[in-house]
Amino acid sequence: MSMRVFVSRDAGAIAVGADEVAIALQRAAAKRGVAIEIVRTGSRGLYWLEPLVEIATPQGRIAFGPVTEADVPSLLDALASNTPHLLRLGATDEIPWLKRQTRLTFARCGVIDPRSLDDYRAHGGYKGLERALSLGSDAILNAVTASGLRGRGGAGFPTGIKWKTVAQAKADRKFIVCNADEGDSGTFADRMIMEGDPFLVIEGMTIAGITVGATKGYIYTRSEYPHAVEAMKAAIVAARCGGYLGSKIGGSTYDFDLEVRVGAGAYVCGEETSLLESLEGRRGIVRAKPPLPAHHGLFGKPTAINNILSLAAIPFILAEGAKAYADYGMGRSRGTMPIQLAGNLRYGGLFETAFGVTLGELVDDIGGGTFTGRPVRAVQVGGPLGAYFPRALFDTPFDYEAFAARDGLIGHGGIVVFDDSVDMRTQARFAMEFCAIESCGKCTPCRIGSTRGVETIEKIIRGERVSENLALVEDLCNTMKFGSLCALGGFTPYPVLSALRHFREDFVPTPTTLQAAE
Amino acid sequence: MSLIEEIDYGTPRSKSATMVTLTIDGNEITVPEGTSIMRAAMDAGHQIPKLCATDMVDAFGSCRLCVVEIEGRAGTPASCTTPVMPGLVVHTQSERLKKLRKGVMELYISDHPLDCLTCGANGDCELQDMAGAVGLREVRYGYEGENHVFARTPGKSNGEINAAWMPKDESNPYFTYDPSKCIVCSRCVRACEEVQGTFALTISGRGFDSRVSPGMSESFLGSECVSCGACVQACPTATLTEKSVIEIGQPEHSVVTTCAYCGVGCAFKAEMRGEEVVRMVPYKDGKANRGHSCVKGRFAWGYTNHKERILKPMIRDRIEDPWREVSWDEAFSFAAARMRGIQKKYGRDAIGGITSSRCTNEETYLVQKLIRAGFGNNNVDTCARVCHSPTGYGLSQTFGTSAGTQDFDSVEDTDVAVIIGANPASAHPVFASRLKKRLRQGAKLIVIDPRRTEMVESPHVKALHLPLMPGTNVAVVTALAHVIVTEGLVNEVFVRERCDWSEFEEWAAFVAQPKHSPEATAILTGVDPKDLREAARIYATGGNGAIYYGLGVTEHSQGSTTVIAIANLAMATGNIGRSGVGVNPLRGQNNVQGSCDMGSFPHELPGYRHISGDAVRDQFEALWNVKLNPEPGLRIPNMFDAAIEGSFMGIYVQGEDILQSDPNTKHVVAALSAMECVIVHDLFLNETANYAHVFLPGSSFLEKDGTFTNAERRIQRVRKVMSPKNGMADWEVTIGLAKAMGYDMPYNHPSEIMDEIAALTPTFTGVSYAKLDELGSVQWPCNEKAPEGTPVMHIDGFVRGKGKFIVTEYVATDERTGPRFPLLLTTGRILSQYNVGAQTRRTENVVWHAEDRLEIHPHDAEQRGVRDGDWVRLTSRAGETTLRAEITDRVSPGVVYTTFHHPDTQANVITTDYSDWATNCPEYKVTAVQISPSNGPSDWQKTYDAQARHSRRIAPAEAAE
Repeated sequence: MSMRVFVSRDAGAIAVGADEVAIALQRAAAKRGVAIEIVRTGSRGLYWLEPLVEIATPQGRIAFGPVTEADVPSLLDALASNTPHLLRLGATDEIPWLKRQTRLTFARCGVIDPRSLDDYRAHGGYKGLERALSLGSDAILNAVTASGLRGRGGAGFPTGIKWKTVAQAKADRKFIVCNADEGDSGTFADRMIMEGDPFLVIEGMTIAGITVGATKGYIYTRSEYPHAVEAMKAAIVAARCGGYLGSKIGGSTYDFDLEVRVGAGAYVCGEETSLLESLEGRRGIVRAKPPLPAHHGLFGKPTAINNILSLAAIPFILAEGAKAYADYGMGRSRGTMPIQLAGNLRYGGLFETAFGVTLGELVDDIGGGTFTGRPVRAVQVGGPLGAYFPRALFDTPFDYEAFAARDGLIGHGGIVVFDDSVDMRTQARFAMEFCAIESCGKCTPCRIGSTRGVETIEKIIRGERVSENLALVEDLCNTMKFGSLCALGGFTPYPVLSALRHFREDFVPTPTTLQAAE
Repeated sequence: MSLIEEIDYGTPRSKSATMVTLTIDGNEITVPEGTSIMRAAMDAGHQIPKLCATDMVDAFGSCRLCVVEIEGRAGTPASCTTPVMPGLVVHTQSERLKKLRKGVMELYISDHPLDCLTCGANGDCELQDMAGAVGLREVRYGYEGENHVFARTPGKSNGEINAAWMPKDESNPYFTYDPSKCIVCSRCVRACEEVQGTFALTISGRGFDSRVSPGMSESFLGSECVSCGACVQACPTATLTEKSVIEIGQPEHSVVTTCAYCGVGCAFKAEMRGEEVVRMVPYKDGKANRGHSCVKGRFAWGYTNHKERILKPMIRDRIEDPWREVSWDEAFSFAAARMRGIQKKYGRDAIGGITSSRCTNEETYLVQKLIRAGFGNNNVDTCARVCHSPTGYGLSQTFGTSAGTQDFDSVEDTDVAVIIGANPASAHPVFASRLKKRLRQGAKLIVIDPRRTEMVESPHVKALHLPLMPGTNVAVVTALAHVIVTEGLVNEVFVRERCDWSEFEEWAAFVAQPKHSPEATAILTGVDPKDLREAARIYATGGNGAIYYGLGVTEHSQGSTTVIAIANLAMATGNIGRSGVGVNPLRGQNNVQGSCDMGSFPHELPGYRHISGDAVRDQFEALWNVKLNPEPGLRIPNMFDAAIEGSFMGIYVQGEDILQSDPNTKHVVAALSAMECVIVHDLFLNETANYAHVFLPGSSFLEKDGTFTNAERRIQRVRKVMSPKNGMADWEVTIGLAKAMGYDMPYNHPSEIMDEIAALTPTFTGVSYAKLDELGSVQWPCNEKAPEGTPVMHIDGFVRGKGKFIVTEYVATDERTGPRFPLLLTTGRILSQYNVGAQTRRTENVVWHAEDRLEIHPHDAEQRGVRDGDWVRLTSRAGETTLRAEITDRVSPGVVYTTFHHPDTQANVITTDYSDWATNCPEYKVTAVQISPSNGPSDWQKTYDAQARHSRRIAPAEAAE
């Protein structure tokens, strides 16, 4: 029997040499006459350990990492002689960073072969759909509502209510749209799930389709994610061949099919209405709401548009029951959140856990502090439009309401850590610049405000009329926050104002320079 | 009189019947469901600040000025995109809202020039108004940042070039685009899409770089823009501004009047400064156009001031002589003496006249009255003879009225539109825009036309096109009926209830014959039977089906038959008598419906009552105080024939260029040359005037009072906005001529003429200027039964009683192709030019269409060695002319096409004497021709041109030189 070896094909792993390691393993094994079968999985999400190599043993998988090409001979030697190896991490499941997670959505990611429908089914895949088919629309809606699942794109809108609205809308056609246009800095969960467990996305969308009465779904993702696009497309073909997409899916009376659409690089196309415009072949311009996409969405038809992580949570809820999901979490944030730890952090990666973990635990404990070893100064949570949190707020639990109460947001679950060398004026300027570059240009506060924001913060950096310009920036943030059409302009004030509030010392010159400036 | 400022409600009116009550600023307001909070507030007189919203287009929600607070809801929603809900409590002003709006305005002004005092929009700028409304007092951002305002960085010596700045685009002859003043509200882009349906504009770039762009960063003139003016009207700033406003300044008063171009009858506000027109702005309360316009009505009114306009009466003894300017009295007595002399010499019936479809109802009425009562005969005809006379005949036979059945609003309820032989995108553009809007909402379109017109393919519109061979309308429409009958798609309930059942059965049996099937007729028509069957099914079963047709139906030897066939189709499918359906002739000229209504035909008194009816004649005789001749008079072609025979020697032609517009020009020349007195009453020395002895200068629609009746039977006021430049309105000229001829028509104002029309015409009894002023317009019949007019006809039954099915046998025209003339010529129009071009050729519209071209399919061109732009000789059995070729597959092989807007083209030298069997409407749309390469104008064109130049000499002008 040949040896089964698992090497990730995740883009993050490939970036640090996973392909080369896999090839080296294949060649070295051939040279030695050892029969091996290399399974290219998704990533486990422990990125500091990539390329991670796992070996199947009767006791379970044993992990080695990070493995380089040069390590391959010694690794094979160690395996052959059953002797210890410097990179040996022990049983994968016992790695503490993985063990302390609650993997409901990412349970199969890194475990299975993402190209194999059989592997997916062997690991509990399509149990959710089977259950959904036996339940019917109303019962599915009840289950999704009871699970407490909220929009994982950041808005946190209850998925059950959204689906119910679409289900009740009358139309000749309805659509499911999966928002996989992951553009937040420091986020990678969407990409990981598409590369590591694409059938999960398909299953979630299929359940959504039969629930609301849609027969067609679109996955809208980024051109920067070629591996994810390839994985999704391959999985769609496999699902179609396996009878899980197309007409009469899974032997039922339902029809549902999927298509992957690749965006052209605009961040704002992750905003649901401009995503719909882009899907329709137009410029990615935000639509005013109402009408809601649930009533008047893609091509004017009722559309359930959900973040990919929301859809990926669905199969578990159906397979294991709403309660099994809702039992996790705190307050109105139920279930788990795939948190993405990034930036200046020792242990970066995907950490799926129940809501309620504090920011401090995530940064200091799980993330292990900064990579540079310097003190953590600021943490931006929720992408480029999220607030910067100082150490003083590290007791904030990961929860929609708790973050909102502190003028922050959890967004898509991205956490970016900065050490004490950060200049928060530059970060505030960057927030405005990001908005200026990515603004669709429709509404005035975002279109003109972001550019004026950059200019005014630059004046502050140059020391020009600092107090007046600080007041102007605050006024501008007020205009953008309450006046913008969508979250791009509306949330840009979060990083700016949080920087101003929590790191004021960076903006107000010391008394000596103040004198000099005047 | 002051400037009419129409209320802008910000968002379109909701059509919902369900009412919703809410509270805005403490006032309880009840509005239809679907109304925006912004509109509801405006209804109550509260104007919420706004810039991107305007009620001609859907809410967009981009400017963020119209934010409001709603009790119990978070945030500050935009009032334009938020619909009313029962019980909402809305506040439009609060500290938070004030701060927000001021913040937004501060941003706007940080990228806008501060040249208000010298700006073209000064006094008419919504940005200026809003800055005032929100109390903006300073712009703290300064003006040194990124901007679109300055060509070079301000405040620096020899400042750097600003790449974001764009120069003014002055390419369009009528308006300018100044990107430096643009606030990117997208109103122009949306107006182009939603109102006009052309989609010529977009926003290029994104974020701060966003700018309005015609096409792919083209100039306005070079883009797909059709210059309808919707964008200019929508623009809240000086970005898109009429050149006339830039030159003259803001208007100070305005007068609502009616466009003098096509039969759509758009209402306009003539915006004036003194007696000078500053601009024409489409009037939102105009029920035909609902605030939209086309390039002609909106901009092409400059002909009224053109240097070639004749302002003094002129006479001459012989047409070889130069003109002599004389006083009105001398002109009248000269004309009267000649006309009376002819009658003395050749008999009472030797003179006649032609009414104008461009003049008012009142003027037309007077001309026919002059002829019937003053000349003492019925030799009156009108240009409807050469356009829609078959409509009058066909629809009165089948339905009992000689007019379209619907109003234009009806199209909003249409599910399937069928266009036959018409190209509204060119000839009735505002209607086309309204139709396209409905098509974009999902209604289906079938186009039956030899040519792939602009209607077949336009943005978001794809029609089912049946490209038939010219001259085969009857075969195609009968084949449609064949499918409807044989596939059991007849609306039997409707037919049994509303129509004569035995006539229907006879008709059904006729159309069901296998020889009328799409398959059997395909060899004649060239139409794919599959497409034809599909079209019939869609029309019969697709919901409300409406047929719109034009001169491609009527101007055939079987024009009347096709009209009848269309009426049969509508009756068989029950598509008559409610909104969204009907049979709708698209009338060509502004008042062609009116001129027909006013008794312009030789056999009919006003209201389509036959001259031979004693009771009717008694009425007129009593009021006119004359004895009327009971015998119908001569039709236009009969007049020409009689002139050549020597029995018809004098004619009074008001506002109509018969030489250019009637078929077989050489025949018309011969007839006019034979006459002893030709009186032309027109703005310009038109082609007919080359053969005239008396020229009476006309007045433009801006210079007189009256009414026009459009294609939907809508009677609308034409209002005088300036004194007649020639000194007399046209109605006064006719009165003067009549008086000189010894027949007094003492009216002091056109309203008195309308009162007489109302007294004598049963369908007009309720019409008066007072009522028109009150209601804006009425659609006839307007009488005791319908005091406010009749938008949709035949609602409870046909006017004639039972709808009448008439069998329509296809008879091929005698004008056939053969070895000598293997191609079929058909004619049409283009958007920027109108009819024979007398008006539009004298405007800047020539930039779009400087000459008529002959469209040839590449296959036919290749065979004859013709390249694009080459001169080609076009020869028919009647004559030959030359023009330049345009190679295009819009026409099918075997078909060539041209427009007839330019007199040099001489398209009617080619057309023949064949005409409609019932009404003599000429067969303009089918002429067998051959084409061959040519070096330039034909001998005829050269001779004609020389004669025209010679004939147009004016004596005093020569002396002055």
